[in-house]
Amino acid sequence: MRAIAVFLLLAIFPLVMQAMDNLFYVSFASRVLIYAIAATSLNLVLGYGGMVSFGHAAFFGGGAFVVGILAVEGLRSVWLAWPIAIAVAALAALVIGAMSLRTRGVYFIMITLAFAQMIYYIFVSLKAYGGDDGLQMPGRSTLGFGRLGNDLVWYYVVLALLAAVLYAMHRLVHSRFGRVIAAIRENEARAEAIGFPVYRYKLLCFVIAGGIGGLAGALIANQSSYVSPSLLHWIQSGTLMIMVILGGVGTLWGGVIGAAVLLGLEHLIADYRIGWLAKLAPNYQDHAGLAVGIVLLTIVMLAPEGIAGFFGRRRHA
Amino acid sequence: MLELRGVSKRFGGVVATDDVTLEVTKGELHAVIGPNGAGKTTLIGQVSGVLATDSGRIIFNGADITLLPAHARVAAGLARSYQITSIFRRFTVLDNLALAVQARSGSSFRFWRPAHAERALFDEARAIAAEIGLSARLDAVAATLAHGEQRALEVGLALATRPQLVLLDEPMAGMGPQESQAMIALIAKMRERVTVLLVEHDMDAVFRLANRISVLVNGRVIATGAPAQIRADAEVRKAYLGEELAA
Amino acid sequence: MPAILLLEQSLNGLQFGLMLFLLAAGLTLVFGIMDMINLAHGSLYMIGAYFMASFAQMTGSFWLGLPLALVATAIVGALLEISLLRRLYGRDHLTQVLATFAIILIANEVVRIAWGSQPMMLNTPAELTGPVTLPGGMQYASYRLAIIAVGAVVAILLYLLVTKTRVGMLVRAGASNREMAIAMGVDIRRLFTAVFALGAALCALAGAMLGPIFAVQVGMGENILILAFVVIVIGGIGSIRGAFVGSLLVGIVDTSGRAFLPLFFGVFLPPQLASAAGPAVASVLIYLLMAVVLYFRPQGLFPARG
Repeated sequence: MRAIAVFLLLAIFPLVMQAMDNLFYVSFASRVLIYAIAATSLNLVLGYGGMVSFGHAAFFGGGAFVVGILAVEGLRSVWLAWPIAIAVAALAALVIGAMSLRTRGVYFIMITLAFAQMIYYIFVSLKAYGGDDGLQMPGRSTLGFGRLGNDLVWYYVVLALLAAVLYAMHRLVHSRFGRVIAAIRENEARAEAIGFPVYRYKLLCFVIAGGIGGLAGALIANQSSYVSPSLLHWIQSGTLMIMVILGGVGTLWGGVIGAAVLLGLEHLIADYRIGWLAKLAPNYQDHAGLAVGIVLLTIVMLAPEGIAGFFGRRRHA
Repeated sequence: MLELRGVSKRFGGVVATDDVTLEVTKGELHAVIGPNGAGKTTLIGQVSGVLATDSGRIIFNGADITLLPAHARVAAGLARSYQITSIFRRFTVLDNLALAVQARSGSSFRFWRPAHAERALFDEARAIAAEIGLSARLDAVAATLAHGEQRALEVGLALATRPQLVLLDEPMAGMGPQESQAMIALIAKMRERVTVLLVEHDMDAVFRLANRISVLVNGRVIATGAPAQIRADAEVRKAYLGEELAA
Repeated sequence: MPAILLLEQSLNGLQFGLMLFLLAAGLTLVFGIMDMINLAHGSLYMIGAYFMASFAQMTGSFWLGLPLALVATAIVGALLEISLLRRLYGRDHLTQVLATFAIILIANEVVRIAWGSQPMMLNTPAELTGPVTLPGGMQYASYRLAIIAVGAVVAILLYLLVTKTRVGMLVRAGASNREMAIAMGVDIRRLFTAVFALGAALCALAGAMLGPIFAVQVGMGENILILAFVVIVIGGIGSIRGAFVGSLLVGIVDTSGRAFLPLFFGVFLPPQLASAAGPAVASVLIYLLMAVVLYFRPQGLFPARG
């Protein structure tokens, strides 16, 4: 199966890099994989669930901050800190979702945006935990055996978690629950009319996505042992959305592809000088955001049915 | 089985249904007719739970369901088909029906086992498809179906939830003569198992199928009775039909 | 004296609210009439502030720079509408959100390329740097008073425009029923471009007037955009009146919250906790306000569309 081939490749990759004595890419890759998990969790709620949540950064950044704060307060064990981060993110998703899912369309987008921003402001105002500057952690979470501080080990941990998340998503999408979510996205009124309590399903989907987002957050905090408040900002929510769109809305690998493409693009532009481009615009590498914006705009404008058209491409249950 | 007592609904200044009282006995096919704008679809909406009722009571099998949300009414045995086709367009016919069957077979808060492994669901969906005449089109994507086939699927979705009472909202909307005959046959077959409340404009169908007819004009029921009675009723002719009934 | 503090904060809240109104008005109009979510509205605010800073420097005068900035931003807005945004009308909201989000990214970079990454200097006009003595003896920054005056005048003009003129009637007709407006023969395309340009000018005015108080820097639009959205959600999408009431509410609640909550907490909490909890809760206040309003009125206080 294709999936196994991909994971084999991903598993061999760091060993190759190590042989080439280039560990930077291993670290870069683990960052990509973490964002892949975050984007995949958004894809669950946005792509499969059809809920345009602009506040996913709340769960991603929230998970990161929980791990960060716990670490600074002395609780560094993976076995405690990470599940707590997931639980807190899921709880936040429950509260935000319960209120937001009562609304429709643009109100929903705005409300999720607003709530996420609210959480951003709360954390930024916590001067004790870094405030504007972000939170420095004493190091990565402790396993009790082995060292997560080793970048190679860390990569494999992240890879294993990504595989687990993707597998779980695969099962979820094909389960009874997944079918109902797909039906709700397709025709919410009729789904309710044939007897599904739509609100409960959407909320549960939202909570699951939030929890996985929290897991990604726990991982990103560990990636550089630093938690930046920008992880909570709505621009971050937008970035995750871009990944989902680029990679494929409502597809299993959409988050992975999108994260790889976006982060890869940014890296290429920032770190590799293209001679002729540099002659035209000497500082172009400082403005990677411009390329991202233009690429995104082009995709969005040219998609014939808009993003909604993407929904039609995926295979059905 | 179904009792409406003084059911009313307003939209702003407009009265859509006005003190509607009618009942549907078990096993009958009760038709509701009336000119456009009479409030028929609003009434269906109220009974199915999609529209809130301003005043009055809706009693189903002895239980007051006036405040019950739509999905709960389905669980209680009430199903509805739509006047404007509302199916899962990007799903196949089989998946459409399987979904409706799934809604009434146990909890769907199951996250791990693949649904397509549940033979029973799909077997039942196939059976429904056979009933509505779509056995040959099981793997067709719903959006690609002909209009008549979509209307059949529309009704099939309601049937698949194993209701005791089905609300059919103009099932023959937009159908040609041949398709209409097929739909009439479908409804005739269906009524052997379920009680039907049928809203229709197609008088041929109404008079062939109905045990009783209620006439809705401007949101009020102006007459209820056996088809022959209704046909002869002067009020009804005056308010509504004129030529059609006389023919 | 607490009464003076109260008055000062109320005036600050009023000032902030009126500027918020300038943004919210444009946003709600575009939303109500063209049914478009425009995240790039904050970028117009930023561009307006940057134009203002440049023109003020070039002409050496705040008051000369201001109309130039307004016109320049209006032109940018119109061009943006004609070239890109009008293709988004009628598309689903997710598409609009992503496209305008992309425009934010592009706008931030373009501004960074054109003006550099350092914040720009924008000074209060010389005539308005001193305090003014209000009736009752209180001193208040004359510039802030000027902002209130400008904001109030524009609000009144906008109100008159929308309720008393033909154009305004078209706008209101468009807000409540686009198809009807089109059927009545209104040249929708030019109306839309005009509405958008007007919105851009209002953003520029807010950006220019707030520039001396807040910093003129890349990304300044994002923070205030969120507030503008909260305002129109509270006020009701498509309603100018809602935007006005919503802006004042948000402006006053936010400003007072930030000023008084730390003091309030200081009364019964240890100082360290109070200084942490104060700003934290203050930030949350307007979102709580939004949640409460939406609970009772899911369509906002004055929904323009039925």
